[in-house]
Amino acid sequence: MKGSLITLSFFALGCLLGPVVGARPLGEGIDLGFLALCALMACVGFGLGNDPETLRKFRHLDFRMALLPLMTVAGTLCGAAFAAILLPHLRLFDVLAVGSGFGYYSLSSIFITEYRGAALGTTALLANVLREIFTLLLAPLMARFFGRLAPISAGGATSMDTTLPVITQSAGSEFVPVSVYHGVLVDFSVPFLVTFFCML
Amino acid sequence: MLIIMGIMLGSLLLGVICRRRLPWIGKVTTVLVWLLLFLLGLEVGGNPQIVEALPTLGIDALIIAFLATLGSIMAAGLLWRWIK
Repeated sequence: MKGSLITLSFFALGCLLGPVVGARPLGEGIDLGFLALCALMACVGFGLGNDPETLRKFRHLDFRMALLPLMTVAGTLCGAAFAAILLPHLRLFDVLAVGSGFGYYSLSSIFITEYRGAALGTTALLANVLREIFTLLLAPLMARFFGRLAPISAGGATSMDTTLPVITQSAGSEFVPVSVYHGVLVDFSVPFLVTFFCML
Repeated sequence: MLIIMGIMLGSLLLGVICRRRLPWIGKVTTVLVWLLLFLLGLEVGGNPQIVEALPTLGIDALIIAFLATLGSIMAAGLLWRWIK
């Protein structure tokens, strides 16, 4: 939670300084954002390849529980497709790309800004922050009305870190392994799904 | 886009090959995320058209977030009924 606030405050600081220093303080020729994104992708990719143990730990999971990340992705994309019907000024694939952030607002908004511009990137940032907030506030209600797996799905990519405490409280501590497994897999899918929908 | 995906896949392979853990990777990642979100903020704040559109962007985001979350918890509900 504290980490999220620090991350968001950098965005807020940029918003405040933007009118003063301009959108590209280093000049149009230097795309600092693109270079930083390349460096970020190298770090993310290296970290994933370097850490095979995380996935190996989850061998003993019930195979039906193991389907949960797929349900999360399918349900999220269906919901986002409905949202696209209500928002005719946005392209279907842009809305699906925003939905594919699964609460991982930093990475998804950075990607979408690079691919589709700062306006959709801001929508992605806000939508995925809101998803995290919904989960933090409503996890007990979700568990009561949609079963104990619901808060995990709602948490999306954050079910292994920021929303894990509320998930543990509302679903029960026996769901912590599923929640972490779910978070790792959904987290892994974010760069690929977002890029895929931005390319369409 | 292909450059970025290429870098990611290349570094993924590099990570698999290189068995040594590099503990500073996580810190560098965090700082890069801060830098990139700061730059996104600059682009938003420095562009009057986006500042003007912020309320619309916020409502779009609210609708997408609500329906995407609802869709995922309904899918989780289906799986839960099957497991129980």
